[in-house]
Amino acid sequence: MKIRSLLSTILAAVAALGLAACSEEKKPAAAPAAAPAPAKPEPLKIGFVYVGPVGDAGWTFAHDLGRKAIEARFGDRIKTTYVEKVPEGPDAERVIRDLVAQGNKLVFATSFGFGDSMAKVAKDHPDVFFEHATGFKTAPNLRVYEGRFYEDAYLAGVMAGLMTKTNTLGFVASFPIPEVLRNINAYTLGAQSVNPKVKTKVVWVSAWFDPPKETEAAMSLIDQGADVLLQNTDSTAVLQAAEKRGKYAFGWDSDMSAVAPKAHLGSCVLNWGVYYEKAVGEVLAKTWKTEETKWGIKEGVNDFVKIPEFVPAEVKKKVEEAKAFLVANPGAVFRGPITDNTGKVVLQKDQVADDKWKGEVNFYVKGVEGKVPSGK
Amino acid sequence: MNDLALLLAATLSAGTPLALAGLGLCINERAGVVNLGAEGMMLVSAVTGFAVAFHTGSDLLGFAAGAAAGALVAAGFGFLVIWLNTNQYATGLAVSLFGGGISAFAGIDYVGRQLTERLEHAVPGLSRIPFLGPALFRQHALAYGAMAAALAIAAFFYRTRAGLVLRAVGESPDAAHALGYPVRRIRLAAVALGGALCGLSGAYLSVIYTPLWVEGMVAGRGWIALALTTFASWRPGRVLLGAYLFGGVTMLQFRLQAQGVQLPSEFLGMLPYLSTVVVLVLISRNPLRIRLDMPASLGKPFFPGT
Repeated sequence: MKIRSLLSTILAAVAALGLAACSEEKKPAAAPAAAPAPAKPEPLKIGFVYVGPVGDAGWTFAHDLGRKAIEARFGDRIKTTYVEKVPEGPDAERVIRDLVAQGNKLVFATSFGFGDSMAKVAKDHPDVFFEHATGFKTAPNLRVYEGRFYEDAYLAGVMAGLMTKTNTLGFVASFPIPEVLRNINAYTLGAQSVNPKVKTKVVWVSAWFDPPKETEAAMSLIDQGADVLLQNTDSTAVLQAAEKRGKYAFGWDSDMSAVAPKAHLGSCVLNWGVYYEKAVGEVLAKTWKTEETKWGIKEGVNDFVKIPEFVPAEVKKKVEEAKAFLVANPGAVFRGPITDNTGKVVLQKDQVADDKWKGEVNFYVKGVEGKVPSGK
Repeated sequence: MNDLALLLAATLSAGTPLALAGLGLCINERAGVVNLGAEGMMLVSAVTGFAVAFHTGSDLLGFAAGAAAGALVAAGFGFLVIWLNTNQYATGLAVSLFGGGISAFAGIDYVGRQLTERLEHAVPGLSRIPFLGPALFRQHALAYGAMAAALAIAAFFYRTRAGLVLRAVGESPDAAHALGYPVRRIRLAAVALGGALCGLSGAYLSVIYTPLWVEGMVAGRGWIALALTTFASWRPGRVLLGAYLFGGVTMLQFRLQAQGVQLPSEFLGMLPYLSTVVVLVLISRNPLRIRLDMPASLGKPFFPGT
């Protein structure tokens, strides 16, 4: 009896551990290459560190499309590897060190929380190039890149402002950080640019990913009169809630048109491949240098796509015009005069927001209801 | 008024998955077995239910498959803890991790798939009564199923001989054994039935409530159901009440936010947990009653013939 129970405990534990382990590294890089063929140059080995599973939609999926884009572009001159579901924190450092030990000379880490780990490993390996998405720490061999996500939110706002019947928009938000507040504000500004009567209601779910909670938040916004929703959470739940209730919503981070054919008004997508091609090209040409890249609609990292057939032609035209405007004036979403929803002027007339301003957004613009949550 | 009706309706649908899982765990624990694997069972059933509903186009088959998957995982757990006498807590945790992993693995191909069109639900006739119609009679059938299940389980526990035997097994398996009852088999049946209800709850989440499958989509509701069962002092009516309370306050805080109430959202986010614990502790504060309600052999292994 004793031995049997001991055995079964061990079995259960092993099963659990085994699962945890194999969920992590799906595609380990090939073992150190055998003696290379003399004539052909060694391919550049590139490692990607993903925070989530690749899946079929969302943030990590978009990065993996970028990885596939460079594979298609550079063929056998490069060799890519990825590790998915890497938790932010000490484990990330181990994964990044592993990738370097396997001979990767260029490493992309695709989540904010990998910053410290990247900085540490970069210091120890000056011959390897490191690229960190949405980060802010740089070093001679570590640079950062991100998209101008708020430009997508602005275009969604233009569409929403024209399609709303109740003049009430809804936003399902994750956490009150500048990144997210910029999106809420840009969504509202976009809508107001075509429909000054629009107001936006915001619900915070305090999660990046919790589909039932996202559904509940979307439902309560709809119950309160919102009829076009945007979210910056990571699942398709908001779109599906809108579909069920006969309202409108958008895809975020990747093309989500398939999940809600009647509710989907367009998807805010990320084409990281554009940037990844540049980065790999620079490493191959030995012109890589450290910098901060913030690309948007103009450069093609951000895009607003899959506007459905049922949208009236003049609405579609207005959205295209707004897109052309952003291509001509990158970053012009936040151009004064902008007042916050207490009436304070936060950006003077004709002033265009700089990076510092955008990094410190802690207010709602006029037209957003309520107050930014804070501990105070 | 209309707002209140919508809030009530949202409360019922948000409380249903918690109520179903909580009732299942209530049966488990009344028979003396703690199953910490609820989250894992719900995930396995969510993916099974979604897959079956996706391929057959039938929600009903989806629910059946979800319940069957929950019962199957629970039976595996039951075999380990009842026959091999592994530690219930450790095994439950293992089931939870296992369920999370295997559901993610099995569900890879179902991420981003969509089910046939989801319809608004309404009880014919009754749903048109002013106020009460929108508040109470526009739910999915399973929402009423959860209420019926709570009644049925309460009647089973306190009004039937079989219910008495099940509780006896949870109180004193040795006495039940001495009277000739097959303690292990009864416990296994209770565990499987509890698993089936957890499974139904998981399938409700992936087929009706949030009609999609993504890894980890249950997002902690299994753990909430476990806590609910304990705070409800293992009484089906209170489990139901607690589930609605939790769902109701969750929905209320979203509404307060959308109306621009000036409270930190983190504080509002905490409210459902806080209020549910406070209310359930208050109504079950009689220590004698808690002692009477708590299955005396909860979590303890049973060795026949010692």
